[in-house]
Amino acid sequence: MKMAPDSDIDDILTEHAGREGALLPILHDIQARFGHVGEAVIPTIAQALNISRAEVHGVISFYHDFHTTPPRLPVIKLCRAESCQARGVEALAAAFADETRVSIEPVYCLGLCSVGPNAWVGDQLYARLTPERLAALVEQVA
Amino acid sequence: MTRTVRISNDALALACGADHVAAAFAAAGCVVERVSSWGMHWLEPLAEIAGEGFGPLTADDVAAVLAGTSALGIGAIAAHPFIARQQRFTFARAGQTRPLSLDDYAAHGGWAGLDAARRIGPDGVIGEVTRSGLRGRGGAGFPAGIKWTTVAKAPAARKYVVCNADEGDSATFADRMVMEGDPFGLIEGMAIAAHAVGAQMGYIYVRSEYPHAIATLRGALDLAAPIIAPFRIEVRVGAGSYVCGEETALLNSLEGRRGEVRAKPPLPAIEGLFGQPTVVNNVLTLAAVPWIMAHGSAAYAAVGYGRSRGTMPIQLAGNVRYGGLFEAGFGMTLGELVMEIGGGTASGRPVHAVQVGGPLGAYHTPADFHLPFDYESFAAADGLIGHAGITVFDDSADMSAQARFAMQFCAVESCGKCTPCRIGSTRGVEVIDRIRARSGRGADPVESLPQMHNARKGGRSLAEDITLLEDLCETMKFGSLCALGGFTPYPVLSALRNFPQDFGLPAAAAAE
Repeated sequence: MKMAPDSDIDDILTEHAGREGALLPILHDIQARFGHVGEAVIPTIAQALNISRAEVHGVISFYHDFHTTPPRLPVIKLCRAESCQARGVEALAAAFADETRVSIEPVYCLGLCSVGPNAWVGDQLYARLTPERLAALVEQVA
Repeated sequence: MTRTVRISNDALALACGADHVAAAFAAAGCVVERVSSWGMHWLEPLAEIAGEGFGPLTADDVAAVLAGTSALGIGAIAAHPFIARQQRFTFARAGQTRPLSLDDYAAHGGWAGLDAARRIGPDGVIGEVTRSGLRGRGGAGFPAGIKWTTVAKAPAARKYVVCNADEGDSATFADRMVMEGDPFGLIEGMAIAAHAVGAQMGYIYVRSEYPHAIATLRGALDLAAPIIAPFRIEVRVGAGSYVCGEETALLNSLEGRRGEVRAKPPLPAIEGLFGQPTVVNNVLTLAAVPWIMAHGSAAYAAVGYGRSRGTMPIQLAGNVRYGGLFEAGFGMTLGELVMEIGGGTASGRPVHAVQVGGPLGAYHTPADFHLPFDYESFAAADGLIGHAGITVFDDSADMSAQARFAMQFCAVESCGKCTPCRIGSTRGVEVIDRIRARSGRGADPVESLPQMHNARKGGRSLAEDITLLEDLCETMKFGSLCALGGFTPYPVLSALRNFPQDFGLPAAAAAE
């Protein structure tokens, strides 16, 4: 697995030097830059923040957002929370259960609860999804 | 003649295609202003031309709107019944200002609250907030004035104001609308809080699922920095954990730790962020403060019902015909909100259930439509108003599936610190599965061992499984450290008691 050059990690760590509670912002920046937070960077972060590797690992594994491996497929995040359930997202998700070209992952709530079902791809949001619109979205990102 | 068209750039409008509509108006030679959302979500993308509204639009509708032949006109927006029936304090500027325009903000009453706060001094501010009756809008309803007094009196060199913008509950979007539509209002509220308690630093903890809110807040903070100085505010981004909406988990997350709940006491007001006295308030609580300071506590307290004073931005969501943001004084009935304002279900089928207060709120039947919307009335009816999100379900919903989802959600999002929540939620899913499958439960291999003298050998019946679920809920309710485990029983038990038929039980069985 290809991991980030050390100098890039160092740049990110330098940028956050002296900040209070810097671990989450650091992890976000690393993931934004490299698509994931690999195991290899844990000792570097731990040393920079003067905490144990176990603490860094504990934080990475606690939060749903952080991944230790790069995503293998393009991701569509589909809101599966109650308001989207009330608007039929479960039937929609079931219809796409066999989709293999993209990863349709659940997200618990995009805050668009009056116009669901909703999805989030990259930096775009999509509301009022129908099977046809979700199929078009799958074609677009696959 | 160049016409000015106002279209929201709120995340919901964008998700509904507002950018395409805006581009079509611009291509037709109009001046397009991107403003905050009025909150009439079923009409998004909504275009406003000289006060008249048109929606929901697609780019194809633009020519007809400009030619005056569109059938999508709703007349004057301000006179629309959905807007005219509201009493907007926190959302007074909604739909009318460009979110990142300091000029628009000042022209619509912005900074008047902060000016008043600086005039009357910290003690005066706390007195006003206390007299206004403002209670925490995140769900707990704790009086803001008392919290601020505690922080103000705590002796410490460093103090913090933390805004809880981890709006994870389904059916809630009012925080997002404040952050995206009126970010200076939140910043002003935080600056007033900091002035009152003597804090130097503020953090806004926003969930990562709200990228537009994060970008807008960061832009607004750059612009407002000189106005709120020497107080400073930084935006921090969550990482997909629901439990970080709990205030002590949020503080741990801000400190760069796992978002595990802390035992209380010590209260965050005494030992909060980095062990220092900290005000932790929800977005809506802080965003209500500038209005109170500008108009006086008496004007705020004059609105409301019982011990719930002022207004609440209520969020109508799920299978509802007219979904959106409806700010009103406490005290409207649930039925008025769902049937009159919300117009019943979007699908046109009968309303089956209404969940009030997000994933941890109870499922109500239309028999509860008489309940006035306030903290105490819902608590008395075994429910809660939480962050005032209302999710409507039609009669195709299976409430036993919703009860299972509540337990499953708790299992996935539990921070793991306390046993009732961590293990109880998983056992809860299993028990509900057995009840739904009507399978009962036989003795397992360990229970069948001859040396297990005290274990049951006969298995468990359906009725016993229901009693077990109720016992489990009792344990979670009173034994959990925070509201995640403590309130998950609300949706589960309310579904069981109010919708026994969905569990395949006779109506009377579960009521006993």
